[in-house]
Amino acid sequence: MKEREMELKEKKEVKQTKGEGTRPGPVFIPAVDILENERELLVLADMPGVDSKNVDIDLRDNQLTIIGRVDPLVNEKEGFLHKEFEWGDYYRQFSLSNVIDQSKISAKMEEGVLRLVLPKIEKAKPQKIKVAAV
Amino acid sequence: MAIIRWQPNPGGVSEFDRLRQEVNNLFSTFSPGTEPFFSRVYPALNVTEDSENLYVRAELPGVKADSMDISVVEGRLLISGERKIEPEDEKTGYHRKEREVGFFRRTITLPSRVDPAKVSAAMKNGIMTITLPKAEEAKPRKISVKTT
Repeated sequence: MKEREMELKEKKEVKQTKGEGTRPGPVFIPAVDILENERELLVLADMPGVDSKNVDIDLRDNQLTIIGRVDPLVNEKEGFLHKEFEWGDYYRQFSLSNVIDQSKISAKMEEGVLRLVLPKIEKAKPQKIKVAAV
Repeated sequence: MAIIRWQPNPGGVSEFDRLRQEVNNLFSTFSPGTEPFFSRVYPALNVTEDSENLYVRAELPGVKADSMDISVVEGRLLISGERKIEPEDEKTGYHRKEREVGFFRRTITLPSRVDPAKVSAAMKNGIMTITLPKAEEAKPRKISVKTT
């Protein structure tokens, strides 16, 4: 198989965020993969520079909001010679169906990638209804 | 390996951009063997300096440190590696796939002399920072003026 070379994509900036904007600087839309199987929905988001303590996951009214905050990248004493990427927080919102068991959502950050597991509500077990003979 | 960085408006090349391109081409023809300091290949790099070091940073989320290869050769920094995404089990299907995978390699000409033996690199939260200590002759030197 021919090796696949990666292409550079410009970071996409969020134009307006609801309830955000308390911090100066740009906010970016993280690239995500969304996967699903019988048991759960899986959201993987690239948020380089975000530490696990700086991630906020919010789910209300089936609106899933992911917020990742970054700490300053460069030391005060450093001067820029060359700049190809901008630095800023991440924000993205999704609508979910109501099959998600909100109490069992789990998230972790690893190497700048958020892994968010959204378990589905267990299906009601099939029940046999007996017809009582009169 | 001439991957061109994606631009939002490729059709709208202005006369000024075209001129700049021409001038850049002119320079690259006259200095064979040296990559332009500015290039549009993955990963995007930010270069900063203080009095002691040069710092080269890249956003490489999900790239394992052991899949990276970094070297300094004759005033140039070479970065290569691969980003893999481990497949989920086969019963898991994709709804959306935006995250990229693949190989990358990038070379930049360093803007000042460095000590290749002291170069170090670290990965943290998907950010790679390469610290390149400047060679003694490249460090700023304060010269005091004596009064006689």
